[in-house]
Order: sequence, then structure tokens, then C-alpha cells
Amino acid sequence: MSNRPYIRPLPTSWWLKEGRYVRYMLREATCLFVGLHALVLMIGILRLSQGREAFESFLAGLWSPAGQLLSAVILLMAVVHSVTWFNLTPKAMPLWVGDTKVPGWMIVGAHYAGWLAVSVLTLYLAGGL
Amino acid sequence: MARSNKPIVWGLFAAGGTASAFMVPVIMITVGLAVPFGWLSVEDLSYDRVHAIASHPLGRLISFGFITICLWHAAHRTRTTVHDIGIHNDSATMTICYGMAGLGTILTGIFLFLL
Repeated sequence: MSNRPYIRPLPTSWWLKEGRYVRYMLREATCLFVGLHALVLMIGILRLSQGREAFESFLAGLWSPAGQLLSAVILLMAVVHSVTWFNLTPKAMPLWVGDTKVPGWMIVGAHYAGWLAVSVLTLYLAGGL
Repeated sequence: MARSNKPIVWGLFAAGGTASAFMVPVIMITVGLAVPFGWLSVEDLSYDRVHAIASHPLGRLISFGFITICLWHAAHRTRTTVHDIGIHNDSATMTICYGMAGLGTILTGIFLFLL
């Protein structure tokens, strides 16, 4: 590689020109919300470590109208991440059984089934044993 | 050939992407929306119950692993996407993105230790 590789000039807004580029950027942007969700959990654990009152005021904030809006936006982007991630699994990890390639819809379908199962199980466990 | 840290970071990116794809929606519903919408009761997320789960050794381990791979996933994807929107100073973006993920990893460990 040369010391100064040529970089073709490209306007920063190139991805707004076509629907599929916008969808690509939307997919990439989901990671900011995955990170934001991790930050919410980190703050929750910090507040949990500070005692009952601190934890309850954290939950009161999270359950306020503004908190619910934040959760809803993170949820929406998280679902975009899940769908785009699972839809790419046949390309990311093609599966062969003997000499036959497992069809893509089976790999994707298995991930959706697993996603549904862990989601239902988590809500069920959260609802008390 | 020079050794690269790419496989490690990419591994964390892929692991975080998969774990978050399965878990983030249901976590946001459970923690953020289920109680206000009446699907769960306040007692389900009481201090005693959440503290007991999170401070259990297994709870701490799973929380640490899950939160930190989510942070590394976000950091790696942000780094590559920043390149796509025309910011090519990769060593600076790398320092900021992975620096934040590293800081988050340490803080998550401290917060869980304090539980």
C-alpha cells in the first residue's frame, strides 16, 4: 500500500441518495442504540448499588413519559438491529450438511424462532416464578 | 506479517451483535415499558428482587459479559460507519470508540463489584 492512498472525494450525504443506502445507514446506526441500552443498564446497576431509594428513583425516571419515549426509541432501533442481523445470518455463516447447503430461510427462521423463545421466556421469568 | 487486533475486536463485534439481537428488545420491554403498560407489576422489578438476581455470582457474570459485548459491538460498528460518512482519521476514531468501550467495561465491572 502506498503511503498516501487515493481517496475519491465523496459528499458526506452520499447515503441519502438511494433507499438502500439509507437502509444501510439505519442498520449501522442501530449500534448507537445498542450502546445506549447498555448505558441505561449500567446506570441501573450503579443506582442499584446505591440502595433502595436510589434504585427506585432510577425506575421512576425510566418509567416517566420521557423515559418511556427513550425506551420505545431504543426498542424500535433494537428490533431493526435484530431483523437485519438475523436476515444476514445465511451470508455470515453459511451451513452445509454433507454436500447440501442448508437453505437460507431455514437459518433465518431458526434465529427468529430462537428470538421469540428467549423473549417469551424472559418476560415469563420476569413476571415471577 | 504484522499481527493485528482485528480478529479479537471483530469477534467481540459479532458476539455482541448476536447477543444484543436476541436480548435487547425484550430487555427494553421488561425494564422500560412493561410496568408502565401494566404487563408486569412493580413488585416484579422490586429492589429486593432485582438486587438478588444481579448480585448473585452468576447474575454479575452474565451482566458483565452481556453489557460489555454490547459496548464493544457499538464501538466497532461506529468506528467502521464513521469511515463511511467521510471521516478517515481512523486512529482517532479508534481511540475514541474503543476508549469509550474500554472505559465502559471498567465502569461496568466496578458497578457490579459494588452491588
